[in-house]
Amino acid sequence: MRTFGFKWIFLTSALICLLFFPLLVTSTQTSDSEGKTQHSVGKEQMDIQLPPPPFSEDIFLCSGCHADMDINLQRRELKEFHEDIILKHDEENRWCMDCHDANNRDMLHSASGQLIDFKESYKLCGQCHGPKLRDWRAGIHGRRTGSWNGQKEYLLCAHCHDPHSPKFKKMKPEPPPKRPGTIK
Amino acid sequence: MSIFKNILSPQKLKRRTFLKATAVTSATAAFIACTKEDREEFLQNNFRSMSKDEIAKVIQRLEEKYTKEYGKKFSVSAKEAIPQTFFGYALDISTCIGCRQCVYACMEENNQTQEPQMHWIQVLEMEKEKGIDFLHADLYYDHEEVPQEGHFYLPVQCQQCQNPPCVKSCPVGATWTTTDGIVVVDYDWCIGCRCCMAACPYGARHYNWGKVKLNAENVNPKTHYLGNRPRYKGAVEKCTFCIQRVREGRYPACVEVCPVGARKFGNLLDKDSEIRYILENKRVLILKEELNTQPKFYYFYGT
Repeated sequence: MRTFGFKWIFLTSALICLLFFPLLVTSTQTSDSEGKTQHSVGKEQMDIQLPPPPFSEDIFLCSGCHADMDINLQRRELKEFHEDIILKHDEENRWCMDCHDANNRDMLHSASGQLIDFKESYKLCGQCHGPKLRDWRAGIHGRRTGSWNGQKEYLLCAHCHDPHSPKFKKMKPEPPPKRPGTIK
Repeated sequence: MSIFKNILSPQKLKRRTFLKATAVTSATAAFIACTKEDREEFLQNNFRSMSKDEIAKVIQRLEEKYTKEYGKKFSVSAKEAIPQTFFGYALDISTCIGCRQCVYACMEENNQTQEPQMHWIQVLEMEKEKGIDFLHADLYYDHEEVPQEGHFYLPVQCQQCQNPPCVKSCPVGATWTTTDGIVVVDYDWCIGCRCCMAACPYGARHYNWGKVKLNAENVNPKTHYLGNRPRYKGAVEKCTFCIQRVREGRYPACVEVCPVGARKFGNLLDKDSEIRYILENKRVLILKEELNTQPKFYYFYGT
């Protein structure tokens, strides 16, 4: 009975995703020489620039190694490689293959199975973090550079939040101002 | 001419006449003796009353002066406001982590005096339990890591009021609101009376107690007359939304440096701007609302 329930939930959510996802993030992209990609996002088809995704050095393309490996969908502790990745992102319910595509290692995939390029990973994040994606698209969530009345440069979610452990890391603050009494 | 007649006939020379003559002579002598630049600086008008030619002359003089002083090619702009702009600023207090990167980016961009450093942005650490409570806020926190548990951070800088008490209190008209909504100071016209500092309820104005000390290596040579050009001892200064950047369409330095993206800036007259989105969709507050200063610096909760 339990499995039956899950199946239905999964099917309905997949259907909803399939129906609404293309409406939510219709986007086009072109690349320039620096690897920055031009995206048109949102209802107003606003033009934004996105830098390339923050891959760990010399590790992409994933298929470089994974192409010759057997697909093991078993949830397990990684010991031979990627042991530096500590999943702290709803780790009880998530596993690598929820976001990474098992068949096409160089792509991500949405809950509905639709392949997503690393350059557009915000589409993947936005499945769960809908309000954040909406704010990000409107320019409210995340850092903006560029021009307030023209072309803006956005960052991908993964530039600030490690997708495997997304909580923003603490940092050392810059020194405080001097107290008036200590100024000579 | 009666003064000179009286001087020439000594028996008629009175004390008062003598003093008058001495004062006039020494003033004339000082005026002739000082350099051409000093004379021009002394006779310079208020920026708002200057003609285009006068502005061009002043700018040229300042550029030469700064270039000579700091050994870098300075540009002083007097770029006017972009039509149909009225700037607003928003800061997400639910995101700010109190790292003070904005404070230092501001200092580098705007050429504030060093030793001791002048900070236009002051980040206050507050307890979540107490809420926004200036009485118990800490400006001088120095932790190993931020954010600290149970605390939030409230950066305060010029609130760019629409009803600015500082402007009203200035006895000489050295500070005013521009058409794009920035409260600016003409540092050459400021007499350093500090009435504006007493009037500002946000502590956003700062006074140059000593000679301005800038590190010639780090000085930013791209300046605006009403913004980040090097100031003088005895002049009051404040945040100008980086007038030298925003009038060229760029974001203020603090917006671009914020690692968590808590700072937002835009044109309040543009209905598609980020700032309008925040005002229409988020929970927004202003500081010391009861004073009717009507700030254009809004704090909001992004979450």
